[in-house]
Amino acid sequence: MPVPAHLEFFVDPGRCIGCQACVQACSECDTHHGESMIHLEYVDRAQSVQTVPVVCMHCEQPTCAEVCPADAIKRTGDGVVQSARKPRCIACGNCVMACPFGVPELFTERQIMMKCDMCYDRTSAGKRPMCATVCPSQALFFGTREEIAALRPQSAPTNQFRFGDQTITTRVKVLVPRQPSPAPLVDVTAAMDTPARSRGVRLPVLSERRPAAERIADDPFAEVEV
Amino acid sequence: MAEIPASALAMIDAFGPHLSQKTRGGTTDVVDRLVKTHCCFCGQQCGIQLKVKGNEVVGFEPWEEFPFNRGMLCPKGVKRYLQGSHPDRLLTALRRDPSARGGFAPMPYEAGIELAAREIARLQKAHGAGAVGVLGGASLTTEKTYLLGKFARVCLKTPFIDYNGRLCMVSAGAGNKKAFGVDRTTSPWADMIGAEVIWIAGSNVAECSPITTNYIWQAREHGAKIIVQDPRITPIARTVDLYLPVKPGRDAALFAGVLHVMIENDWIDHAFIDAHTSGFEQVDAYCREWTPARTADVTGVPERSIRAAAELWGTAKSSFLFHARGIEHHSNGVQNVLGAINLVLASGRIGKPKSGYGTIVGQANGQGGREHGQKCDQLPGMRDISNPEHRKYIASVWGVAESDIPGPGVDAYEMFRKIDRGEIKGLISICFNPKVSLPDSEFVTRALEKLEFYVAIDFFLNDTAQHADLVLPGSLQEEDEGTVTQVEGRVIKINRAVDCPGEARRDWVIIQDLARALGRPDGFTFEDPRAIFEELRVASKGGIADYSAITYEKIDDNFGVFWPCPSSDPETGEPTPDHIGTPRLFLPGSYNPIAKGAGPFYFPDGRARFNVAEFRTPVDDASEDYPLYLTTGRVVSQFLSGTQTRRIGPLVAQYPEPRIELHPRLAKKLGIDDGDWATCETKRGAITLRAMVVTTIRPDTIFIPYHWAGPKSPNRITVAAQDPISKIPQYKVCGCRLTKADRAPEHATDREPQQ
Repeated sequence: MPVPAHLEFFVDPGRCIGCQACVQACSECDTHHGESMIHLEYVDRAQSVQTVPVVCMHCEQPTCAEVCPADAIKRTGDGVVQSARKPRCIACGNCVMACPFGVPELFTERQIMMKCDMCYDRTSAGKRPMCATVCPSQALFFGTREEIAALRPQSAPTNQFRFGDQTITTRVKVLVPRQPSPAPLVDVTAAMDTPARSRGVRLPVLSERRPAAERIADDPFAEVEV
Repeated sequence: MAEIPASALAMIDAFGPHLSQKTRGGTTDVVDRLVKTHCCFCGQQCGIQLKVKGNEVVGFEPWEEFPFNRGMLCPKGVKRYLQGSHPDRLLTALRRDPSARGGFAPMPYEAGIELAAREIARLQKAHGAGAVGVLGGASLTTEKTYLLGKFARVCLKTPFIDYNGRLCMVSAGAGNKKAFGVDRTTSPWADMIGAEVIWIAGSNVAECSPITTNYIWQAREHGAKIIVQDPRITPIARTVDLYLPVKPGRDAALFAGVLHVMIENDWIDHAFIDAHTSGFEQVDAYCREWTPARTADVTGVPERSIRAAAELWGTAKSSFLFHARGIEHHSNGVQNVLGAINLVLASGRIGKPKSGYGTIVGQANGQGGREHGQKCDQLPGMRDISNPEHRKYIASVWGVAESDIPGPGVDAYEMFRKIDRGEIKGLISICFNPKVSLPDSEFVTRALEKLEFYVAIDFFLNDTAQHADLVLPGSLQEEDEGTVTQVEGRVIKINRAVDCPGEARRDWVIIQDLARALGRPDGFTFEDPRAIFEELRVASKGGIADYSAITYEKIDDNFGVFWPCPSSDPETGEPTPDHIGTPRLFLPGSYNPIAKGAGPFYFPDGRARFNVAEFRTPVDDASEDYPLYLTTGRVVSQFLSGTQTRRIGPLVAQYPEPRIELHPRLAKKLGIDDGDWATCETKRGAITLRAMVVTTIRPDTIFIPYHWAGPKSPNRITVAAQDPISKIPQYKVCGCRLTKADRAPEHATDREPQQ
């Protein structure tokens, strides 16, 4: 069964608390052999507690599949980019090098690439992906566009990302604040001193509210403050 | 004579902590059944389904219908099932035997019960009933805590029972009783959504109560402004509207300073204060001296932030205030709590829609475990053991003479002082690991060594139980059923998934077996937890925490029941078997058995009490010789003293060992780099751990998580100062100094991270 088209996956890094419930839950899937397919990283723990959960973004034109010499990576009709097919994958690592989001991982002992497949065994059976089900901050959310619109009035979903000259459209959406949000607190001394000092952390996420030309005019890594 | 019977490393070799496997079973396995229950760890008590195959829990499935967490879990909840089928699990009784591997030899369960009864009887005959003490815990079901309190008072006839909630929720409980006359969070968490302001005081919500995060973020989506008061930028603080970087131990001063500005600007609810409270004048007078300048000087929070907090809080129409151990774990803990409550009462925003107040409890049964009689001064139903009427009622339920119920005992730490002085010579402990969790734990260890007889009940050989003469194999949470009361005051049901392995027994069975072997089985012949609950319902009837109309079926049908849930109308006396419980306290016009209609609060006049919440400098504060503040707390992947979580492989991998967090400004001054070994020294001793240099902590403060034992336990060097009212230890601050270590400590090479 395909993953229903009206159900979408949303990522809101602004909500993430770095607890790793998603990572721990992902490793419970038996097709993963105890490994997690989610990457949850501190941006820079010395400077901030900000973490970013990265699931497969399920690109419309998946770079991983395009560079695969063995044609082992397939995107199914429901927009889900599947993990490498065992008989075909030659564990060359091309996909690992090429993915702009850094998602696929090479498991050398098993001689295969594995990656997030949007919990295909669950989502194709009417359940939510394990990570989005357990996520205690709901930084990972799986549901309808109407649900997200009602639950997140302060954010707008976007699914276009620019990497150099490449613009990528994805099935997974990232939630971007509609209004400029206050710069996050990264250093306690900023709240102790007068006047306040703080530093923004910027992510290369394109906003839907501004035209592309303006977005990349001065600094391609500075479109939206998160 | 209870020194540990073998070397620390030999005991670790025999009993762990060793790591579980990474996962067990798989999501496509055919399982025999899914058991709807709750997580065994914190006070959020998330609903979860355990996958059971044979007599083994092989995994979990989210329980999306349970309304509090709707499937959400933290990493501990996800991996909790791996505590079962563990190589370290105690499957027999163990007798101290220095010649045996790891210092303990297996013995038959029945022989263990007889040995325990013989030794307890001997000590009590020679030295009196009070020569034996009992320590319980707030991770036990309410049925077990009720039975344990009854066992201590009726079977052992000792006044000396207390529990590990003494380390956890007692400052909040004492503050709540002084201000409201009742000790419970006021509102369901869902009421938060729509509130204008949420103030989080001393609570690392993201790591200690992760599910609460989504409620706070959702409230923010709907316009709530968030204030966080903490010496560290925890994950919940990173994006908040106002962050108050309070110096450890200065919370009462901060609350007084904020109230000062509120009064100055008339951002207070006079009508509410006049109609529903008393004592405001004294608080007003006290706060006058807390000008923003002085408050800033004492607390380290800049004046502009004090004013901003007062304006945000003072001008809101609806609000929630939560606090947790950050303000409670202090020798001034009750005053800190009262300071927070004064802000709530002055705002008038309590007992109203979208407005609430509460403490975020730390343990599974942090709420229920403090209601039904395992506290040293308490009888079931939140009754007072010194109140003649309360004693008389409970005596009638228990079928004993009122005069046979002992008087109040002493708090858990004082029990160790009594052990040290030779006044308590025998100890029974369950669900408590004081060697890791009490402050100045070298003292606790010395006291344990003086015990003439110590029997510990546990499922793993915890660090304290290593000192025992006898260990009885108890049950994991999933091996028994019963109720717990979670953070909102909702009574929920823990369901049995599997049976105890080997000769392990359900804890209440062990307690009853001890009563039988002591020759006093009367009142300890319950057939199952349901029978205990039925008696508890009767015992709680008419008390503040009234459970009398709660049944297991009602809990199942309604996803839990909020107490009070009385079986007869307190006003008319009419039976109310279908009472649905009380999700919200203090609603206008609400009736309670103390005020009898005079008002919504639990005092005879129905009014809430303002209390002067006096700031006092912490005991063993930072000084010239110890210039830094040491504070302690949790990480998200570990729980309490780590008896369970330090045995779960994937949780250990997430954060393997404690590290000392310090600010780069301080690190530079001390010549310490990230990852260096650093030694933290207090007046009690020193501990060497790796440094973690982060900008997210005050430069005058260092933080160490407390879940580890032995040489990695910061409680070896924390101070045993206690709040004079609640007796909670002052874990959250003491003076310390930090130096770069010249070499790696021994534990770096001779122990695994979790050991």
